[in-house]
Amino acid sequence: MPIAFTEIQETIRMVEMEHLDIRTVTMGISLRDCADQDFEKVKENVYQKVTSYAKDLQKTASQVATEYGVPIINKRIAISPAADLLGNATKEQAVELAKTLDKAAQTLDVDFIGGYSALVHKGISKGEQILLDALPEALSQTERVCASISVATTRTGINMDAVKRMGNIIHQTAELTKDNNSIGCAKLVVFCNPVEDNPFMAGAFHGAGEGEAVLSVGVSGPGVVLNALRRYPDADLGEISDVIKKTAFKITRAGELIGRVVADRLNVPFGIMDLSLAPTNAMNDSVAEILEEIGLERVGTHGTIAALALMNDAVKKGGAMASSYVGGLSGAFIPVSEDNGMIRGIEDGALNLSKLEAMTCVCSVGLDMIALEGKASPETLAAIIADEAAIGMINKKTTAVRVIPVIGKEEGDTVEFGGLLGRAPIIGVNPFSSDKLIHRGGRIPAPLQSLIN
Amino acid sequence: MQRRAVVSVVGKDQVGIIAKVTTVLYKNEMNILDISQTILQDFFTMIMLIDIKDPSNLEALQEKFEPVEKELGLKINIQLEDVFQAMHRV
Repeated sequence: MPIAFTEIQETIRMVEMEHLDIRTVTMGISLRDCADQDFEKVKENVYQKVTSYAKDLQKTASQVATEYGVPIINKRIAISPAADLLGNATKEQAVELAKTLDKAAQTLDVDFIGGYSALVHKGISKGEQILLDALPEALSQTERVCASISVATTRTGINMDAVKRMGNIIHQTAELTKDNNSIGCAKLVVFCNPVEDNPFMAGAFHGAGEGEAVLSVGVSGPGVVLNALRRYPDADLGEISDVIKKTAFKITRAGELIGRVVADRLNVPFGIMDLSLAPTNAMNDSVAEILEEIGLERVGTHGTIAALALMNDAVKKGGAMASSYVGGLSGAFIPVSEDNGMIRGIEDGALNLSKLEAMTCVCSVGLDMIALEGKASPETLAAIIADEAAIGMINKKTTAVRVIPVIGKEEGDTVEFGGLLGRAPIIGVNPFSSDKLIHRGGRIPAPLQSLIN
Repeated sequence: MQRRAVVSVVGKDQVGIIAKVTTVLYKNEMNILDISQTILQDFFTMIMLIDIKDPSNLEALQEKFEPVEKELGLKINIQLEDVFQAMHRV
């Protein structure tokens, strides 16, 4: 059946007016074969492999975007967890490796390279220990390297020793980058139940079950969903779900088509399609505004969780119908600093940290891009991570913490991160201590999978 | 293999839009398969389906439309048809 005039207009409107875009095409690359006794050789292998596999990523993606008329905003690289290469390295060498990755990203003109990662949800190996030791310096001395650390899964429980460690690491990273609003912390994600094929930063890494190289696509479109809902001001919630599903379907189909073409031209297999409503600071490109359009005066008020649950589920249903390979974190992201609606919610006092935590029970990830007061102690940061990990562990979902304790700022201040990372009002933390819980250490055992109440 | 692309033209209605846009296509030996236009409140929208031989020429064609876009204050986009098929057909 030929394409109708109105359908063509709809697509053009989505791209031109409603910010439909392919948020990222991310090439996953396994670096396991780069290991060597000589660390200089490791660095050389890594640089060579990344820059040769992804040599044409930027050019090919831009060309495909032009041909199909759908912009591809970011081109990125995800590597297999860097800790695998650090078994016999020193801390200084681990920092060197991060700088090598940074240089590779610069050479390729990609804005982020993810996978400076370690999976320590059960225990910490030698290489992982080195990576954790090096993290604050690595994050403060590089620009484009993103790190993610898995500290918990539903099957293993929560490694509280690692959680405690992460509280310290986030604190140190904040200190080391305090001249720059503690920006180093924006490149560090602490996960529970991480996925191996997530194309979105900062949490992307190329998992152990993945192949040699793979191309995954992250599509976004909060603006498209928002505008679709605005055309149905009086629909009931079942119809709202349906509108979101249909919109998600269309966005996903466009993303998969373009992802497959890019993968085909780069001669790597197509991995997954991650349909995530990821907001930007552009006008009307906000997840919070979708929730408000569904019927909240301000995001964060009573009913926010219900609206978010409805939206997140509808997005997944539409996406799952549209593509056979939906993966990653598909759902809705709720980063605070990158979403004008979230920022307004906090400024107006409607949204707070506790409500954000509750929202992470039903959205796709977790506490994301939240600026905290600089005096938050490492133990408090660790306890925030522990809470989030517990939510993920019990609910069998991915949760993450990417918080930025901004040194020198207090509750009520605002911090500008600039560019994609946006700006955020500083949120205060609970003044009461969680020190004893954190200092006990050990592991929180894996939860029972029956007796579900 | 036949590849088709959609050319969309949006702007304020005025004399000569179709003539000038189709001239560019003619000079680049692009055959027009279908054409439709509407005018809504002085706002001109035209959509053409064209036959293209080599998709890698699209970028060059887009550049050739630039003078027309500037002269008449139009927004002209060229996209491969596949994207519409993917989005609107199951």
